Amino acid sequence: MKLRNTLSLVATLAVAGVVTTPAVTFAAEEIVKIDGSSTVYPVTEAVAEEFQTAQRGKVKVTVGISGTGGGFKKFCRGETDISNASRPILEKEMKLCAENGIQYIELPVAFDALTVVIHPKNTWAEEMTVAELNKMWAPEAQGVITNWKQVSPRFPDRPLKLAGAGSDSGTFDYFTEAIVGKAKSSRGDYLASEDDNVVVQFVSSDENALGYFGLAYYLENQDKLKAVKIKKDENSPAVAPSVETVNNGTYQPLSRPIFIYVNAKAAKEKPEVREFVAFYLKHAGKLAKEVGYVNLPDQAYELAMKNFQAMKTGTVFGGHAEVGVRVEELLAREAKQ
Amino acid sequence: MQQSEKNELTALRRDIAKRRRWDVIFGLIGLGATLIGVIVLFALFTDLVLDGYRHVVQEEFYFNFPSRRPERAGIYSAWVGTALVMIVTFLAAAPLGVAAAVYLEEYAPKNWLTELIEINVTNLAAVPSIVYGLLALGLFVYILDFGQSILTAGLTLALMILPVVIVATREALRAIPQHIKEAAYALGATRWQVVSDHLVPYASGGILTGVIIGMARAIGETAPVITIGALTFIAFLPPMPFAGDPPAGPFDWLFSPFTVLPIQMFNWLSRPQSEFHSLAAGVGIVIIVATLLMNGLAIWLRYRIRRNLTW
Repeated sequence: MKLRNTLSLVATLAVAGVVTTPAVTFAAEEIVKIDGSSTVYPVTEAVAEEFQTAQRGKVKVTVGISGTGGGFKKFCRGETDISNASRPILEKEMKLCAENGIQYIELPVAFDALTVVIHPKNTWAEEMTVAELNKMWAPEAQGVITNWKQVSPRFPDRPLKLAGAGSDSGTFDYFTEAIVGKAKSSRGDYLASEDDNVVVQFVSSDENALGYFGLAYYLENQDKLKAVKIKKDENSPAVAPSVETVNNGTYQPLSRPIFIYVNAKAAKEKPEVREFVAFYLKHAGKLAKEVGYVNLPDQAYELAMKNFQAMKTGTVFGGHAEVGVRVEELLAREAKQ
Repeated sequence: MQQSEKNELTALRRDIAKRRRWDVIFGLIGLGATLIGVIVLFALFTDLVLDGYRHVVQEEFYFNFPSRRPERAGIYSAWVGTALVMIVTFLAAAPLGVAAAVYLEEYAPKNWLTELIEINVTNLAAVPSIVYGLLALGLFVYILDFGQSILTAGLTLALMILPVVIVATREALRAIPQHIKEAAYALGATRWQVVSDHLVPYASGGILTGVIIGMARAIGETAPVITIGALTFIAFLPPMPFAGDPPAGPFDWLFSPFTVLPIQMFNWLSRPQSEFHSLAAGVGIVIIVATLLMNGLAIWLRYRIRRNLTW
C-alpha cells in the first residue's frame, strides 16, 4: 500500500530527526541574542535591522520581548548577550546576575517620556500638578476618588475613568515611582493593559477618561488625544511632553532614560557583540527619533561609548529607579556591581 | 350536535396551527443561532480583509523581513518559521498519535490502567495551551537542552494536538466494520498484520483529518510558543541543509531561533503606528486562510479516501 509506505517513511524520518539532532550545535554562527523590554524593543529592532543590512547578513541578530524583568531573568542566566530594559536593574536581579557570575555594562540609549493623556474635549485638565496625579493614582484612591471634583475643586463634577499600564511593565514601575513616590504602588481599580493601544482606545472614546503611556503612542494619536502639561509642583511652569522638553530636561518627572545591558563576557569574547553595541551607540540617536522616542544628547552617547570601551561594569543606580536624573550625570557616576 | 363538532374541529385546527407556529418559530431561532456564528466570523474576516488587503496581495509582504518601516515590513521569517514548526509538529504528532490510538484500540488489555489512560487522553485535550508551553520550557528547553528552537516549538505543539490525533484515530478505527477484522483474523493474520494491512489504511482518511485539524489549531497558537521563547525580531531564515559556507548540517534548522505568524501579528498590533495595525490584519488574513485551507484539505482527503473504500 502506497499510503502505508508514506506513513512509515514519515515515522522513520521523525525518529531519525529526534535521535541525530542533539549532537548538532551551531557554534560557528555569529548570533547576537537580545531580549527584554517591549518599550526598548522598537529602538533595538531598528538598530538590529540597520546593523544586519550594514553587515550584509554576516551577523545575525535576534530580538525577543519578555518584558524588562523577564529579559533580566534570561540575561542573568547567561542566555542572552544583551538585555533591553526600560528601568535600571533591580537589587534582586543584580543578585541573580552575581550568583551566575554575569557582569554587565549599563548603557542608556534613549529617553522615553511618559505621557498623561485626556480626551480632546477635556478642557479642565490640560495642566496638572504631580500632587494632583498622585491623588488620583495613589493606592489610597482606590474606590474613593471616583470623581474629577474629588481630585481638585477646580475640576467639574464628572466621573473619573482611568487607564494605564499593566503591573508587569517597566512603564508602570516608573510612573508609580515618579507620581506616587514608590515603584509598583498604585490603585488597582483602573483599566490596566500591557497593550498601550487599548489605553489609546479607552481615552479617545471617553470625555472623562485619563490614561498614561510612552510618548510614541501619543505622537501617533495626536488627533485623538490631548497630552496633559505637567507641573512638577504648584509653582513650576506647566510643561508639555515633546522631544525638546525631554531633551532639555524640563519635562519632569515623567521622562526617563531607557537602557541596554550588555553581558561583559560576551562583549569581550564575541566581536559581533562588540560591533553591534558600537553600532547601536552610534546610530541610536537618529533611529530612536524615527520610532517615536527622544534621543539622548550627543555627548551622552560619546560618554556611553567610552564606558563601553572601558568595559565599565555594574549599575550606577544601586538597584533602585531614580526620578529626574540627567543622563550625563549618570554616565559619570561610579558604578556598583 | 353538529355545531359542537364544528367547534371542536376549529379548536383542534387552532391547536395544530399553534404547534406549527412554534415549529416555525423554533426554526427561525435555530437559523438565527447558526447564523450568529457565521455572521460574526464573516464580519471579522471582512474587517480584516478591508484592513489588510493591500498587503496580502503584494509579493514583498511574503518575502520581506520585519522592519521598523511599515512599508518595507514583511512576514518572510514568520511564515517560514510557522511552516517549519508545522512540519516538526506533523512528523512528531502523526506517528505518536496513531501508535497510541492503535495500541489503545487493538492491543491494550481492558483494565483500570487502560481506562485511566483513556480518561487522561480525553482530559488532555482540554488542558490550556499555555500549560503545554510551561511543560515544554522545563522539559525540552532546560532538561533536554533543545534550546529555544524550531524543534522545541514543533514538539510542544505536537504534544498539544496529540489528544486530538488519538481521539480522531480511535474514532476512525472504530468506524471500520467488525467483520473486516474478523475475516482477517480468521485467515490467520497476526494482530500486526491486521493493523498494518487493514485497519490503518482504511482509517487513514479519519487519521489525516484528525492530524490536519489538530495542526489547524496549532498554527494559530501563540501562548505556548511565546512561553518557550520564540523571538519577535528575526531577519534571517533557518539554515538550509547543506547550503551556505561552511555547509549547514541536515538538521541544523531544527535548532535555529525562529518566530511564527501569530507572534508577528501580536507584535505589530501593539505598535503605536496604525500602518503596523494594517500589517497585522494582513497576517491575520494569512493565518485564517491557512487554517481554512487546512480544514478544506482535511474534508477533501476524507472524501477522497472514503470514496475508494467499499465494504
